[in-house]
Amino acid sequence: MTTKSSRIQNVFDNRTGEEKIMSLFITAGYPDLESTVDLILGFEKNGADLIELGMPFSDPLADGPTIQYASNVAIKNGITMKRIFDMVRAVRKESDIPIILMGYINPVIRFGVQDFCREAAEAGVDGLIIPDAPLEESSIISKEAKDNGLDIIYLVAPNSTDERMKRVDAQSSGFVYCVSVTGVTGARSGEEVAKSVEKFIERVKENVKINPKLVGFGIKSHDDAKMIARETDGFIVGSALIDAIRKDYPDQEWMANVFAFVKELKYGNIEG
Amino acid sequence: MKYTAPDKKGYFGKYGGKFVPEILIPALEELEEAYNETQNDPVFQKEYHDLLQEYVGRPTKLTYANRLTDHYGRAKIYLKREDLCHTGAHKINNAIGQLLLAMKMGKNRIIAETGAGQHGVATATACAKFGFDCVIYMGAEDMERQKLNVDRMRLLGAEVRSVESGSKTLKDATNEAIRDWVTNVENTFYIIGSVVGPHPYPMMTRNFHRVIGEETKSQLQKMEARDPDYLIACVGGGSNAIGFFYPFIEDENVKMIGVEAAGLGADTDQTAATLTKGTPGVLHGSMSYLLHDTEGQIQLAHSISAGLDYPGIGPEHSFLHDTKRVHYYGVTDQQAMNAVKLVSETEGIIPAIETAHAFAYLDTLMPLTQRDEIVVVNCSGRGDKDMKTISEWFRNQQGPAEG
Repeated sequence: MTTKSSRIQNVFDNRTGEEKIMSLFITAGYPDLESTVDLILGFEKNGADLIELGMPFSDPLADGPTIQYASNVAIKNGITMKRIFDMVRAVRKESDIPIILMGYINPVIRFGVQDFCREAAEAGVDGLIIPDAPLEESSIISKEAKDNGLDIIYLVAPNSTDERMKRVDAQSSGFVYCVSVTGVTGARSGEEVAKSVEKFIERVKENVKINPKLVGFGIKSHDDAKMIARETDGFIVGSALIDAIRKDYPDQEWMANVFAFVKELKYGNIEG
Repeated sequence: MKYTAPDKKGYFGKYGGKFVPEILIPALEELEEAYNETQNDPVFQKEYHDLLQEYVGRPTKLTYANRLTDHYGRAKIYLKREDLCHTGAHKINNAIGQLLLAMKMGKNRIIAETGAGQHGVATATACAKFGFDCVIYMGAEDMERQKLNVDRMRLLGAEVRSVESGSKTLKDATNEAIRDWVTNVENTFYIIGSVVGPHPYPMMTRNFHRVIGEETKSQLQKMEARDPDYLIACVGGGSNAIGFFYPFIEDENVKMIGVEAAGLGADTDQTAATLTKGTPGVLHGSMSYLLHDTEGQIQLAHSISAGLDYPGIGPEHSFLHDTKRVHYYGVTDQQAMNAVKLVSETEGIIPAIETAHAFAYLDTLMPLTQRDEIVVVNCSGRGDKDMKTISEWFRNQQGPAEG
């Protein structure tokens, strides 16, 4: 068993050649409470290197309609922070895949920042992404996270200055999340993202030197991922995955179809 | 006691801050810089104050309410008449101020959110006056309740976008406005309508409204040669209240009361009494008191007033509540509607239902006052926009109509 705090780093250390790391986002409790653990294990089997587990929030203001929808369904399904920790514990019985909790700061505050970090670490969580606690507000959670061995992953955006990118890099651990477009989450046309992303990634490469770089927002296919992530360490897919679940759920084959989609995201369309 | 809040990071005690996605940080920094420049820029200040005088109609009157005073038979009651501002509420002070700032920053597109529609109308008005494109986000339920204001905004040339998510009220309109801002941050200025949101908005909006309190102070000095004993204002997000209170915060003899919408009662689930019932948390970019469940999910607020059913409140009010410099109370829908009737019949002024919450608190306060004391109520808006709600309420109270 690897130690908790190094799981994310190991993923990047152990990658071979030009392989792109794939991080998948899924909302905890979507499409139902029972499926989350099976989805995570299945994502891993089909190529996921990292899991971002979304902590649903009623007012996800950085998210587009897809993740808003998944969050609302999960809340209606009765998701709670305790249940999210239980899900992580269940995954840990079978897998070492790094799990990063991603969500808004208010549910964390309500749970109690100290208790949250302690219980998350005990359950087997490796890192945190809290988009509405940027560097300016990071003191609300950074010490507790560090004390519990949790990585904190901050974001850089196309309008972040060079100086700010350096600060984000210095304060992040695990990796730096590069938001490829100015906008909310959601699948977009690959070309739309590619147009704006090239210059941005060039600046990221100049300024983010300590941590690996994953690029997210808008990726919906293997070709998008190849194109958008070619100069970084890998890519993140969220909304497109939830769209794929939404398309078939609750048909009998929904989970198999989602796993096929995941495999294709990572490896492309393998014919024959 | 010298009052200097907020600090440089935008905190009022432990409330405030900039809890926003990375993409908005550069926009907030740019805004803060532009705003700070305007504070010492005599050209900007002159333009703002000229507009308040020539276009908004300031100073608004301070009116002695003799029949309302007689009704209670205690302290003298004065009304600060923000309902006499152009567009019918205090909101225009801030809309004009922020639009001038947008012009200075070279932004060419304006967005705003609105609950009761008063901020939307004020923003649409300012945009029409200066020829700006304007998109207003409004909850579908509020569009139904405040149809008159929707029609006004459209006539003024604004696009009103109906928000169908969540509670279909101000909270969700604000989420959508923030999403728009995140997407179009390069050319778009977001005119926030209350003392909420990330720093510097709560400070900036307060300062664009402080004219309300400053005028009250000098007007009362002229009329009574003294300061007031009590100030009362309604509080949703809290913009009219903070503008009214702020110039008096260091005057410790002036007692200040913020009145929240308790809806069906602060002890029920149908309430918007954030300070009475809420706990600290983060919504829409700042730390403040909130109505949220044990999982931190934001709860739906209820009030008969579309302007007050917001589950949060400005961070400065949260601070003033904790420090007890301002006292906050909740009044119910029923109490507010009784006040609509009382003020209409005694003073010939039909208050907005928001404002009526402030008046409703007089029933509690006035028996505790003395005849030589002075109470000033901030009359934050007029009730024309609420006539549909008001008529239905009293029709239902009198039983089904005959025939």
